[in-house]
Amino acid sequence: MSAFGSDARAPRSLFAPAAILSRAEAQEIAQRALRNSPAPETRVTINSAARADTRFALNQVTTSGENQDTQVTITAFDGNRAASVNTNRLDEASLAAAAKQAYEIAKLVPPNPERMPELEAQSYPPLRERVLSLPTPSERAAAAKIVTELARKNDLIATGFIECRAGASALANSKGLFAYDSSSSVTMTSTVRSPDGTGSGWACSDGNSFADLDPATLAATAVQKARDSRNPVAIEPGRYTTILEPTATGNLVQLIAGAMQARAADEGRSFFTKPGGGNKIGLKVVDERVTLLTDPNDSPSTGGGYDDDGLPLEKVVWIENGVVKNLNYDRYWAQKQGVAPTRSGGGGFRGAGRALRMMGGTSNIADMVKGTERGVLVTRFWYIRPVDARTILYTGLTRDGTFLIENGKVTRPIKNFRFNESPIFFLNNLEALGPSVRINASENLGAGGAVYMPAIKVRDFTFSSLSDAV
Amino acid sequence: MTRSRRDFLKAGATVAAGSLVATSPLLADTGRIVLPSDDLPRADDPVIKALMQVAIDTAKSGGASYADVRVAARRQQNVNTRDRIVQGVSDTDTYGLGVRTLVDGAWGFAATSRLDKDSVATAAKAALEQARANRASQLRPVVLAPTPGNQVGEWKSPIEIDPFTVAITDKVGYLLAANEAALKVKGIRNVNSSMFFLREEKSLMTSDGSYIVQTIYRTSPSMTVTAVSPDFRDFQSVQGNEIAPMGLGYEHVVNSKLAEHAPRWAELAVQKLSAKPVEPGRYDLLLHPSNLWLTVHEVIAHPTELDRALGFEANYAGTSFIAPPKDVLGKLRIGTDLLNIVGDREQKGSLGAIGWDDEAVKPVKFDIIKNGMFVDYQTTREQATLMSDYYQSVGKPVRSYGCSYAQSWADVQFQRMPNVSMVPGNNDDTWESMIAKMDKGIAIVGDGSFSIDQQRYNGQFAGQVFYEVKGGKIVGQLKDVAYQFRTPEFWKSLKAIGGPRSYHLGGAFGDAKGQPGQSNSVSHGCVPSLFQQVNIINTGRTA
Repeated sequence: MSAFGSDARAPRSLFAPAAILSRAEAQEIAQRALRNSPAPETRVTINSAARADTRFALNQVTTSGENQDTQVTITAFDGNRAASVNTNRLDEASLAAAAKQAYEIAKLVPPNPERMPELEAQSYPPLRERVLSLPTPSERAAAAKIVTELARKNDLIATGFIECRAGASALANSKGLFAYDSSSSVTMTSTVRSPDGTGSGWACSDGNSFADLDPATLAATAVQKARDSRNPVAIEPGRYTTILEPTATGNLVQLIAGAMQARAADEGRSFFTKPGGGNKIGLKVVDERVTLLTDPNDSPSTGGGYDDDGLPLEKVVWIENGVVKNLNYDRYWAQKQGVAPTRSGGGGFRGAGRALRMMGGTSNIADMVKGTERGVLVTRFWYIRPVDARTILYTGLTRDGTFLIENGKVTRPIKNFRFNESPIFFLNNLEALGPSVRINASENLGAGGAVYMPAIKVRDFTFSSLSDAV
Repeated sequence: MTRSRRDFLKAGATVAAGSLVATSPLLADTGRIVLPSDDLPRADDPVIKALMQVAIDTAKSGGASYADVRVAARRQQNVNTRDRIVQGVSDTDTYGLGVRTLVDGAWGFAATSRLDKDSVATAAKAALEQARANRASQLRPVVLAPTPGNQVGEWKSPIEIDPFTVAITDKVGYLLAANEAALKVKGIRNVNSSMFFLREEKSLMTSDGSYIVQTIYRTSPSMTVTAVSPDFRDFQSVQGNEIAPMGLGYEHVVNSKLAEHAPRWAELAVQKLSAKPVEPGRYDLLLHPSNLWLTVHEVIAHPTELDRALGFEANYAGTSFIAPPKDVLGKLRIGTDLLNIVGDREQKGSLGAIGWDDEAVKPVKFDIIKNGMFVDYQTTREQATLMSDYYQSVGKPVRSYGCSYAQSWADVQFQRMPNVSMVPGNNDDTWESMIAKMDKGIAIVGDGSFSIDQQRYNGQFAGQVFYEVKGGKIVGQLKDVAYQFRTPEFWKSLKAIGGPRSYHLGGAFGDAKGQPGQSNSVSHGCVPSLFQQVNIINTGRTA
């Protein structure tokens, strides 16, 4: 239960939950498109969502927004020719026009020899029970105020964001397949800065419904980090034993999952290409304590999700005990290579309804610090961009709470570093893992994914230059 | 216009307020405005205008001191190919209305795709409810800078060929021909090419009497070629991003001539496999406009956004090293005297060109950096008033520069950058003449990997093709190159710039900012520029 409570009798946001598409409504919209499609084969994809958000800055709410929309994508197939038309106008005439347009375009597109036939009906697990609702503007403003008030009392400045999403999706085709799923997710983040601009702290709270948020703990963490990070000192860039808080771990480890495409590996365009040819399935690439998976049970969706073709998702272990167990095979590449398609929804962070988990260990940050003679503690990374796809090497910077560890204690704040580093490299230098917890690892801190990551301690993390940014 | 649409529009608009349908709002009913897909709504439709007036009236009668309402109909098309295959052709259209209300100095915003009178009124009420909820925690009310108001007019991107009228066969044929030209080069294993088109018709009505209709086009052809070594131990790509996205029509695709460029990009990718890894160190660096635009975007355009400088974007996009305003305006030297930067929304074919911004302000061209000195920020109406004291002290009017933008009807407008561009040097220098004057150094074409901290101090930028220059000549390619700098030092190392003949517009189709993240399209004009003794790192780590 969240600290600020949630009154079940309070009016919900105007756009929820009525705007969340039911299974019957989704079926009706899908049929409206299918029965009007002139194409020999047709697929209909429906995405419906309501969103409510509140932003705060300089210790006050600055803007907020609410919207709802339902988009329908109609893909027309004419043999191996295909084209899609997407619209948010759902009446029969509009959907018929969109279906006709998709078919007219499809007929003109050269055949795609890699196109796979539409799937027959699939069976999906039952949806889990969950109330899909959005908080009112007042509830969101109250949550924001918990953070801004604590910041104000400490002569600090809070900026932050609350985003809540709830919606439903469906997929249907002319071969009788119908998939339906619903989901909700919420996230709250805040950056708290000192008025002199020398200190900055950050914290997040992430979950599937508004009641999962814990703004009081978030406020306390961000405020503490802001106080502790004031007046940082510069230390030399170089290789350091580094403790990554769970968000920092997630910022970088999720990049591995994104690179696990079988085709790119088999064609020589990936870290997962085996030198000489083939891919790295079965090869050990990181420390044996590393296990990375996508699991529908972690997903913000109530049904666990289905992929673009309508295959129900299943748990996929990408790396187990340091060894590559799976790469993502789409249906075409799977057939070509004589394996089963990977039921992960595209692999990587997109997989299993945008759920990703790195299994944790038994250590914790306090113990990791205690056992560190000299090292760096990182709250999170930012502006992470690919540098070298051959090694999954990325660059980016630390942000909002970077500290020096000396003789088993966090001693002082340090200036931010830029890194040029690969998760593959530092996961080979693993010292310890904490428990896996849900974090927000997306750069713009939006709601949507469920990412579970442990704090980790690694040797020889490469920081390549200093930044004056606070 | 078809008969059915006009009739449906009338039916929708005449449904009385208060008759909200009890069934799902997502399903068609008699209260819906029905707009068949083959007949995209026009933003200036009188019935739509009447609905917008409903939103304004609801907001005003609910206590809003100011309100604006936007209706947008956006159509996009993507054509994607790989090698000899068309991977996807997709059309997207979206249509809806967003209303923003200011109540006692606090904002609220709501948007709906249901364009009937009741739904629009409900959205306006939702925006009012938010504004009142948000007011409770407010410390400083929003004050809007004055505008002339009563802005009425139309604006349209200066296109020659509407991309949505060009046959899909022509588009597919164009891309596959380009792929074929690249695949003929030995060593090329993978080619991707695409084209993306956008047309947005949007209308804006404000409570201070403005009504504006604009039609915006954007076009982006692109191509990437990848070479793989025979032993599967290396691969290298070249993106043809010398071709920038533009605020033009299909003529931009035609003029881009991808099939003519493709063999050259393919040869460069193959050569890159055996290129010399760069030796880290300090080098003179000549940056082509196709590379420099992104650096200007990240380390000049972003940190001169006033909301960043004041701390409003601290949680995501970040703050700015060009702050606080009172300490830096007219006082902070950013670069050498060669550095002159202007903001504008008028360069023909640029992504940022518009007639009015999303709060009915007619943009003006304005100086951001003058002879190396920082002189002004990018602003919106509410931001300009935060600078009143400064503007009055230097005799400038308190006005918005026209930087308010929302990516769609579903998103609230906020400060987004206009085109932010270099002013060319007063000389005849070009890329070629500047290489000829270089004794020893590196010349970079195309934008590549980029990463910058949240205050824009530390930047690391790569590129597409890295040339080693000796004695005024290109002597070969290098690989694994990135330049890394501290922003103020970087611009203070600016030694020479090209003249008007070498001016080139680069651009970003999807510049992200804000929470929820919104995408802005913007161009940056640059000239080739020589920087002295810049730190070059080698990014090709193997362990």
